[in-house]
Amino acid sequence: MRRFHEWLIFIIMEYKYFIIRCIVMLQMCFSGIFFSINHAFAYQDTLDKIKSSGVITWGFDAEGGAPYVFRDSANPSKHIGFEVELVAAIARELGVKVRYFQNAWDSILLSLQRGDFDIALNGIEITPDREQSVLFTRPYYAYAEQIVVRDSDNRIHRLEDLRGKKVGTLYNTEAKRLLEAMGGIAVNIYSGQVEPFKDLLLNRIDAVFVDLPIAAYYTMPNPQLHMVGDPVGDGYYGIALRKEDASLADELNKIIEKLLRSGELKKIYSRWGLWNVAQEKLFLHEGILKNYAESPPSSSEKAPIVLTKFLPTLLKGALVTIGISILSMMLAVVLGLILTFMRLYGNTWLRMVSTAYIEIYRGTPLLIQLYILYYGLPSIGITLSAFVVAILGLGMNYAAYEAEIYRAGIQAIPKGQTEAALSLGMSGRLTLKRIILPQALRITIPPMTNDFIALFKDSSLISVIAITELTKSYGILAAASMDYFKLGIITALLYFGMSYPLSLYARKLEKKLKSHDRNL
Amino acid sequence: MIEICNLFKQYEHQPLFKDLHLVVEKGSVVAIIGPSGSGKSTLLRCMNGLEAFQKGYISVDDQRFCGVLERGYNKGQEGITIKNIRRKVGMVFQQFNLFPHMSVLHNITVAPIFVLGVDQAEAESNAISLLRKVHLMEKAGKYPVQLSGGEQQRVAVARALAMKPEAMLFDEPTSSLDPEMIEEVLLVVKELVSEGMTTIIATHEMGFARDVSTRVLFLDKGEIVEQGKPQEMFSNPQNDRTKAFLSRFMK
Repeated sequence: MRRFHEWLIFIIMEYKYFIIRCIVMLQMCFSGIFFSINHAFAYQDTLDKIKSSGVITWGFDAEGGAPYVFRDSANPSKHIGFEVELVAAIARELGVKVRYFQNAWDSILLSLQRGDFDIALNGIEITPDREQSVLFTRPYYAYAEQIVVRDSDNRIHRLEDLRGKKVGTLYNTEAKRLLEAMGGIAVNIYSGQVEPFKDLLLNRIDAVFVDLPIAAYYTMPNPQLHMVGDPVGDGYYGIALRKEDASLADELNKIIEKLLRSGELKKIYSRWGLWNVAQEKLFLHEGILKNYAESPPSSSEKAPIVLTKFLPTLLKGALVTIGISILSMMLAVVLGLILTFMRLYGNTWLRMVSTAYIEIYRGTPLLIQLYILYYGLPSIGITLSAFVVAILGLGMNYAAYEAEIYRAGIQAIPKGQTEAALSLGMSGRLTLKRIILPQALRITIPPMTNDFIALFKDSSLISVIAITELTKSYGILAAASMDYFKLGIITALLYFGMSYPLSLYARKLEKKLKSHDRNL
Repeated sequence: MIEICNLFKQYEHQPLFKDLHLVVEKGSVVAIIGPSGSGKSTLLRCMNGLEAFQKGYISVDDQRFCGVLERGYNKGQEGITIKNIRRKVGMVFQQFNLFPHMSVLHNITVAPIFVLGVDQAEAESNAISLLRKVHLMEKAGKYPVQLSGGEQQRVAVARALAMKPEAMLFDEPTSSLDPEMIEEVLLVVKELVSEGMTTIIATHEMGFARDVSTRVLFLDKGEIVEQGKPQEMFSNPQNDRTKAFLSRFMK
C-alpha cells in the first residue's frame, strides 16, 4: 500500500508539466488583473477626465466662508466670493463647467484624496506638512496674518502684545500655529470664522488673529472693530490636487500665470479689497518655493506621527471632558430634583412650568440649545463664557431627564410608606426627606449612572463652542496630522476607558439593589 | 374620647357614609366587622386624616376637624389638628408598611427622634423595651425584608407605640398574614388591650373580636347596621344582614 505522501509524489511526477502550465497561467491571470487595477485606478488622468466630461469638480466649504466662498445673503442659492470668481476664470480657460462640492473645511484634503472632487481651492495654505499628502499648484494668493481688536481697546498694537491675552483664531491654520509657537497666549480655537469676531465683540476674547482676507472682510464694515499692527508672516494659498495629478498641476499653473499676467487676478482681488503689494510676490514663483526650503514654518510638525506626542494633548482634552461632565451632572442632579418637586408637590403654576421645561428640553436637540445659549443669548444682552455655557447647556438639558428619573423613582415608592410616616405624626417634608427620598434614591442610582455615561459622551457636542475638550482635541490633531484613523481609535479608547468602569459600577449597583433590599 | 358626627363621604358620586355617628369612650375596645368594601378601613383612615371626607366632623379629645365641604373648613388649620390627632392615635396597617431602608430599631426610633425631638439614646432604650413587649428583642438590628410577616406586623405595632399614643387603630392587622402567624400578632394586640389601651380594630377574626372587644360594630355598605356587646352580637344578632354575614363566618 502506498502512503499518502507517496501518492502525492507520484501525482506530481506524473503531471508536473500540467501543473507547471497551470501555475504559469495563474500568474498571467494575476498580472492581468493587477495591470487592469492599476490602469483603472491610478492611470486615469484627472485632467483628461475633466476635459472629456467638460466638468471640473471644486471642493470648498461655504459655511462662514466669506470672502472666499459663501452664500449670497441677497440670493442664498448662489455662491459668491473671490474664489468663486477665480474658479470660474480657471474653468473658462479650461473650457469646462464648474461643479460645486461643499465639504467641511477640516476634512477637505481627506475628501480630495478620496476622490470626491478634482481640486480643493479654499484658502488652503501651502505648508510643508500638507505638501507631503497633496500636490499644490503655484500660489494664487499671498496672505499674511492680521490682528483685529475692539475699537475701544488700545492695549494691543503688535503681535508681542498678545501675550497673556485671550486670542481667537481658526482651526488648523498658520495663524494658530504662529500663536502657539509664541507661547503665553490663551488661544481659543474656532471652526467657523464668524464666531471669533462675535466673541471679540462680546468681550469673550481680547483679539482675533486670522488670515488678512478674513480680517479685512469682517472688520471693514464694522466700526467697533479695527485692525492693528502690520500683517505678520507671509504665506500662500495654493490649489490642492491629488499627488498623481501632475499634468493637471501643469495646466493650472499655466492658467494662474496667464490670469496673473493679464491682470484678471488683480481685478478679481481688487473687487474684494484684497489686492495689496504682497501680491506682487506671486510673480516670483521660483523665489517663493526657495523661501520655503530655507525656512520651514515649524520643523516639529514635519516629524512622522508619534503617538506619544499626541497623547498629552488628548489627555488634556480628556481632563476638560471629565471636569465639564462632572460639573454639569451636578447641576443636572440639583436642577432635576427641583423640577421633580415642582412637578409632584407644587401648585398648578409650578407644575406647568416644570412640565413645560421637561418637555421642551427633551424635545429639542442639545446642539440647538447650546447654539442658542452661546450665540443667541448675547443678542438679548446676556453674554456667558464658553465654559459656563458648556455646563449650563449640558446640565440644563440633562436636568430634564433626571427629573423624569426622580419622578419615576418617587412614584415607585408604595403609597403605604407615606401613610405610615404620616400616621406617625411626620410632616410631609419629613416624610419626603427620611422615608421617600432615601428609598427613591436607591431606585434611581442605576439609571442616573447610565445618564452620566450618556452625558459624558454628549459632552463632545460642546466642541462647537470653542472649548477644547477631548473630541475637539482629536479634531485638531487629526486635521494637523491627517491621521483620522489611529487618533480616532485612541480617542474612542479614551472615552471607552473612562465610561466603561462607570457602566460596570452601574451594573454592580443594580445587582446589589436587586438582591439586597426589598421585594418591590 | 373619639367622636364621629354626621360623617358623610363619597367617592366620585358613589356615597359611602351617609350620616355616620360613633362614640368611642376611653379604655373601650371596639371591633368593627363587616364584608369587604363595607368601609371598615375607610372609617379608620378618616379618623386620622389619611382619607378626606366631605361633611361632618371627627374629634379626638379636644382636637376636632371637619369635612372639606363644611362651612369654616380651613385647610391649614385642619392640617394642624390632624397632626395633633396622629400623635395621640397610632395606626397599624394591613400591609405593615415598615420602612425597608431602615433597621427594625431605626423604624421604631425615627418618629420619636424627628417628630417628638427625643434624643437618640432615650428613643433607643424605649424601642428596646417595646421590642421586648412584642417579643422581638433579638431582631433589633435586622431589616424588614429579613423578618416574617408576623414579625413585621409586631414591629409595626411597636413602631406605633413608640409615639406613646392614647389610642390605637388596627386596620385588618392579620389579613395579609399566613394563618400560622395570625396568633402571634393577635396575642400582642390582646396584651395591649389588657393594659387598657383604647382600641379600634377592623378585623375578620370573629373569635378574636368576641374575646377582646367591649363592643362589636357591624358595618355594611357604609352603614352601622348593628352594634352591641360581643356575646349578644355573636349569639343573638337582631338584624338579618348581620345574621347572614355571621352565619357565613361562624361555621
